[in-house]
Amino acid sequence: MSASPLLDVRDVSKVFTMGGVLSRKQIKAVNEVSFALSAKKPEIFTIIGESGSGKTTLARMILGSEVPTSGELLFEGKDIAARRGAERLAFMARVQPIFQNPFEAFNPLKRVDRYLASTARRFLNARTEAEMEGPMDEALQHVGLSLREVKGRFPHELSGGQLQRTAIARALISKPSVIVADEPVSMVDASLRMAIVNLFKRLRNELGVTIIYITHDLATAYYISDRIIIMQKGHVVEMGPARPILEAPQHPYSQLLKRSVLSFDGAGGGRITRSGREEVDTSAEALIKGRLKPAGDGRLVRVG
Amino acid sequence: MANDILTVEGLKAYYQMNYFGVEREVRAVDDVTMRVKANEIYGIAGESSSGKTSFIKVLAAAIRPPFRIVDGSVTYRFNGTPIDVAHAGEDEIAKIRWKHLSYIMQGSMSVLNPVRRVHSAFKDFAFRPMGLKREAFWEAVEAHLARLHLEPGVLRAYPHELSGGMRQRVTIALATVCQPEFIIADEPTTALDVVVQKDVLAMIREVQQALGSSVVFVTHDMSVHANITDRLAIVYAGRIVEEAPTRTIFTAARHPYTRHLVASLPRIGDTSPKPSLEGRPPSLAEPPAGCRFHPRCPIAIERCRKEVPVLEERPGGHRVACFRADEALSPAKVLHVEESLS
Repeated sequence: MSASPLLDVRDVSKVFTMGGVLSRKQIKAVNEVSFALSAKKPEIFTIIGESGSGKTTLARMILGSEVPTSGELLFEGKDIAARRGAERLAFMARVQPIFQNPFEAFNPLKRVDRYLASTARRFLNARTEAEMEGPMDEALQHVGLSLREVKGRFPHELSGGQLQRTAIARALISKPSVIVADEPVSMVDASLRMAIVNLFKRLRNELGVTIIYITHDLATAYYISDRIIIMQKGHVVEMGPARPILEAPQHPYSQLLKRSVLSFDGAGGGRITRSGREEVDTSAEALIKGRLKPAGDGRLVRVG
Repeated sequence: MANDILTVEGLKAYYQMNYFGVEREVRAVDDVTMRVKANEIYGIAGESSSGKTSFIKVLAAAIRPPFRIVDGSVTYRFNGTPIDVAHAGEDEIAKIRWKHLSYIMQGSMSVLNPVRRVHSAFKDFAFRPMGLKREAFWEAVEAHLARLHLEPGVLRAYPHELSGGMRQRVTIALATVCQPEFIIADEPTTALDVVVQKDVLAMIREVQQALGSSVVFVTHDMSVHANITDRLAIVYAGRIVEEAPTRTIFTAARHPYTRHLVASLPRIGDTSPKPSLEGRPPSLAEPPAGCRFHPRCPIAIERCRKEVPVLEERPGGHRVACFRADEALSPAKVLHVEESLS
């Protein structure tokens, strides 16, 4: 057997049980998802889906903060859910999260460099100020900031873009090999959005970090992704190389998503039309029971 | 002009604070002149903290201290009678509110009372302005809900029982049920998923066409503007820097900020590197002297640091506030701000 992949997701499902004893309801948030990330080739791996598609649940399982109901997630060959104590800490250092809203990720009453310092203390076992500041500054340099700019500042003293970049720098301190970014640009302005996604590209190219980019924005996904999976109601409906899929999606649901992207052709005509979701949903419902089949050019499409 | 429904002249609205003797003035809306025609969707685009929300607060006549109108006028013309909401009394504004001038708000969950059924919101907002008998009123409401593809049953539902898209459609129905001539929409689709967003936008357009109303549509998302607005104003640090028919903004913008916004849009099928703008929007409490964009502008000259450019009229209903508007902006200069490129 060849070297085990960096992250191996094997038939992972997650079922949430809601309600009391009498009105118990089971919700399948994630249904038999499988994919693998290679250790040799860092990439930007994108998970696309609407709210309720299970993309955040999948991300939480990758981070180890949710245990799958069935299936297993292996990080460097070892089950994520089975890691405890020092092993788990080592895993957390290697797989780091970035959250959606930078203004909510930081406590407004704490200086932002304290977050960086506590990360350095925890994962690098840094004890003195000098030991902490080296890695902190290095991480901030990677995102185009420096410790001098950030030190002693409160979150409200930084702009949204600087805060989101500080959040990314915090994730970089422990030198992770995977960063899980859950909708990192949906709360930032258009002009900052490109700064963040360009930064992801640079982290992949220069630091060799694999980024799991979770989004519902197909345009930025097209711009930065190497591979994508498209999820609908917990099922993967199409997965494979990003650009061919987004240029010519084959599954009806992927086609619906592509159609719903607001285009710039004929800007100002005011000729917006509805997405036609009603027609698609019925046909997709039948397809959900289907299987993922290879469809040439390296992609998998769910067919009935 | 005769068919202008809204005329804003030299509007200045500041937040004026005086805490413990320390005076602070935030110039959120600084010298804005614009008009909105009947039966058009007028877009306002700008980053957060560019003052766009403050501006629509003035348009909606929802001004509370410390926010004050310092100068200028905001005149609506409903049925031929002008009313200046910047100076009108509360009772005069109450007469036009909701019947002629309504507002689609951003967070549908905070508009609808979570512990009351949807119909009570319609009763609270629309019953009095519409002035109909009870049965005729509910008939009108149901007919209007059908326009937004909502079943009459949603009236019996609690807000949490509806999906995000349905809730947003309910708030749109609420804002348009009185058939107002003027609707202000503040980021009505920002919180929605792509598919739902497209449906809601299409419905806003359908309702606008059916009623013949004017809409001021505010969002930072340029792709939304491209698809729904007829004319578009770009706001930067409390001022309009460019205004033109939407098509012109996307094809022949003159202001460097607008050009950057358009150039940085990612599109499916386009793999070229996209620039990102460095720096941050200026603080409105201490805006830079001269053109407020000059610290981030790739083509700023000495004059930009000293003088404030005025919004100049050009052919084709195009207005630009830039000394360098005629400068041919080479792609290399657009990209000069780009540092974080792969």
